[in-house]
Amino acid sequence: MTGWEAVIGIETHVELQTRSKMFCGCRVDVGDEPNTAVCPVCLGLPGALPVPNRAAIEGIVKIATALGCVVNERSLFYRKNYFYPDLPKNYQISQYTYPVGEHGRLVLHVDGEELAVGITRVHMEEDTGKSLHVGSGGRIQEAEHTLLDFNRSGVPLVEIVTEPDLRTPEQARAYGAELQRIVRTLGVSDARLEEGSMRFDANVSVRRSGTSELGVRTEIKNMNSLRSLQRAIAFEIGRQVEVLEAGGSVVQETRHWNEAEGRTVAMRSKEESEDYRYFQEPDLLPLEIDEAWRQRIAASLPRLPAARRAELVALGADDRTATLLVDTPVLADRFEAAVSRGAPARTVGSWLTGEIVAYARSVGADVEEVVPAVEDLVELAGMVEAAELSATAAKQVLAGVLAGEGTPRGVAEARDLLQISDEGALEEAVAAVLADHPDVVEQIRAGETKPIGFLVGRVMRATGGKADPRKVQEIIRREAGA
Amino acid sequence: MTDLADLTISEASRGLDDGRFSARELLEAVLRRATVTEAQLHGYLTIDREGAFAAADAADRRRAAGGRRGPLDGIPIALKDNLCTRGVETTCASQILAGYVPPYDATVVARLREAGAVAVGKTNLDEFAMGSSTENSAYGPTRNPWDPERVPGGSSGGSAAVVAVGSAFAALGSDTGGSIRQPAALCGIVGMKPTYGLVSRYGLVAFASSLDQIGPLARTVEDAATVLAAVAGWDPHDATSHPEEPPAFHRSLERGVEGLRIGVVAELMGAGIDPEVLAETRAAVDRLAAAGAEVVEVGLPSVDYALSAYYLIAPAECSSNLARFDGVRYGLRVEGGTAEEMMARTRAEGFGAEVIRRILLGTYALSAGYYEAFYGQAQKVRTLIRRDFAAAYETVDVLVSPTSPTTAFRLGERASDPLAMYYSDVCTIPSNLAGDPAISVPIGLDSRGLPIGLQIMAPALGEEVLFQVAAEVERGAGFAARPRLASSEVMEP
Repeated sequence: MTGWEAVIGIETHVELQTRSKMFCGCRVDVGDEPNTAVCPVCLGLPGALPVPNRAAIEGIVKIATALGCVVNERSLFYRKNYFYPDLPKNYQISQYTYPVGEHGRLVLHVDGEELAVGITRVHMEEDTGKSLHVGSGGRIQEAEHTLLDFNRSGVPLVEIVTEPDLRTPEQARAYGAELQRIVRTLGVSDARLEEGSMRFDANVSVRRSGTSELGVRTEIKNMNSLRSLQRAIAFEIGRQVEVLEAGGSVVQETRHWNEAEGRTVAMRSKEESEDYRYFQEPDLLPLEIDEAWRQRIAASLPRLPAARRAELVALGADDRTATLLVDTPVLADRFEAAVSRGAPARTVGSWLTGEIVAYARSVGADVEEVVPAVEDLVELAGMVEAAELSATAAKQVLAGVLAGEGTPRGVAEARDLLQISDEGALEEAVAAVLADHPDVVEQIRAGETKPIGFLVGRVMRATGGKADPRKVQEIIRREAGA
Repeated sequence: MTDLADLTISEASRGLDDGRFSARELLEAVLRRATVTEAQLHGYLTIDREGAFAAADAADRRRAAGGRRGPLDGIPIALKDNLCTRGVETTCASQILAGYVPPYDATVVARLREAGAVAVGKTNLDEFAMGSSTENSAYGPTRNPWDPERVPGGSSGGSAAVVAVGSAFAALGSDTGGSIRQPAALCGIVGMKPTYGLVSRYGLVAFASSLDQIGPLARTVEDAATVLAAVAGWDPHDATSHPEEPPAFHRSLERGVEGLRIGVVAELMGAGIDPEVLAETRAAVDRLAAAGAEVVEVGLPSVDYALSAYYLIAPAECSSNLARFDGVRYGLRVEGGTAEEMMARTRAEGFGAEVIRRILLGTYALSAGYYEAFYGQAQKVRTLIRRDFAAAYETVDVLVSPTSPTTAFRLGERASDPLAMYYSDVCTIPSNLAGDPAISVPIGLDSRGLPIGLQIMAPALGEEVLFQVAAEVERGAGFAARPRLASSEVMEP
């Protein structure tokens, strides 16, 4: 692959979780019985007309604003015409010139470097229904028959298009992940890739390093995880380079990512591709988003991931921890609260992004359901600070707290994990170990320090790990006359 | 005694109020008239006797209980068959919608029902409202009630014909390029296209969304105003409907035209207009002048391009609007090996020749590489036409012209010449492009005994002055002739 550079742009579709659909009053609900959330409008019955959903417009303006776009005061709806059985009107209401948002950018941090990705446009459209092709490999061409479900038809869909600013599959993945965080933070969509409420298409081309002309691109569809987004792009770059190095040429076409086989497969070429015959939607007036409305929405935006991450770093989290915390807002909240009440950032950050996330995964629960209360985190951190618990014991206590065994102190006592800090008890234990190892004591007296660690280990073993190692060391030095 | 079917709405409404007859008797009179005329006329595609009698009886019960809903309570009205009616077949006169029964009422239909009107049935039209003669119906043409060898005009030919013969007191039609006004003129009745957005289009099967408007066809100007009043006004289901209160057009009928400035459209008073039509138009204009209006000649230069612009914009929108008829969810399905083949076969067999012609035209006009030259250019002409009208209305209150360049033509005469057929709408199309209201009022007969209509046009939401002038034209013309099919020798053979 050396000597080649990839040029990548990403189109993302995000389903907005509004109460009702984009152009009718039907509920937006995943998991309904097929064709139960439908009406004349979203079924495309003769005579039905669309009426825009104000909540969806607010949702897209939030996204456009968060991505630093210019929000057009007057935005236009267009019809995108193409025939497909799950598109009830055989045109999709979408946008073309004057989309809701244009000229934005999203700043990423990839491998310690800052990368600004241009956002070409953020536009509003309606989703299609779903096809279930029966008696085939899931392709309409081979189906015996096709079942249609129009519950999704007309669900508000936001399309976010980047400039071709990405160069590597890792950057593409980082873009996808950051966009997902932003959309979730805004609360406009759950942005679940597996369920299709967030979907990526990637445009990929390659060129010789150092050249500036764009190569012929292909569009890849059907990546339903961040991992497959990265893998598909990596595969496609490799495939194109292979084709070009063999003296062939890349065909402009749409390719389907086959997750199981780990490769992209041609779907349709440019020659077969549609002329969408865009024209302004005559059933809708231009969308007016006036200054007051724009400002009200902008003022209502929550802290975005980038800002939040910067705040967490300022509180003492490292970059990686901050990114992980921002992914799950409840963890970031706990972190902030615990640190502001004196808990050390490093310890709390490590628990939240380590043990707590792992526990949630192991029991198949949402982090929100299992994350300990701020008081418990502060108490646990305090016990470590006061040397009542070793770092290892603290993790055991945390496990007990997560399992619902009680407060940190309660668990520590019940599980007998409190460190022995009592001088007398420790002196006794040290004396016993020193008596057993007179030769080692001699070495220490002779000025060697290394064997001190060996003796500390013996004392720890003798106390079942409950002794405070720092204190033990102190006593050994004193008693052994180091 | 006059047959009840020949009363105007205002007369019938008074009769019902006075208890001189019942809504059931009115309906029976209308259905009797239909029984006599329909065999020749073919104005109706569906007559909903059961639904109509239920509605008439309900109106009678309301009146008996002292709860009359308004002037339309108990009045039999016909609906063009491109208006969705819950539970009643709605075909758009197309094979592709044969047997299609909508699950909902168009807003206008719901409003008529709320007003107590009795929906008699669904009237014939050119398939999907595309045509000027009602010959493009998949279920056979409607005949002109004044001469069954001639067309009633179109596309609302069925609505115009049934109102003219008395098998409905009024009807709703739709007007995309003249489809209410031109058949009204050719059938000797009043037909009115409201300002774009005054009447909700929800439930009107779309032909060209930016041009379509629903409006009334009636035997008098007052009746047209009564029907319009019942259906006009903002509808939350139509984003293009006007949120303001409708103009007070019902109160201007008696005002006369004293002091009004009336512009005669120069471009529509010369070449291509039948001399007899021109003569009657001038006579009507002279009567307006005699009644106190100031008459001036007005030029609308861009009107010469209106027909060309219309035949790009309307087909472009229709090519998209009619895409949904694909056999997947409703209506006709012709099976094929693949989904694509099924859709293609359904459309090829389900649509008639004129519909296919317009879909092809429109698809072409919107295609990549042609868009700017055709659709884009047509939109620019539309803007020019709007400006010409706006400029004219700075100096005049209303504009007048013939409604149709000729009186009713013979069946088949223009069927094989689309351009000649398209020319039928040369006078009416400009108002659709401008989005302004216009009305056709009968003013006389030509030497063959065929009716002639005068078109009056007003600025957007200018329905008040429009009806004011229309009422004066009606008084001046004293048009009282009745079509042959509704006369006594036909009725009682």
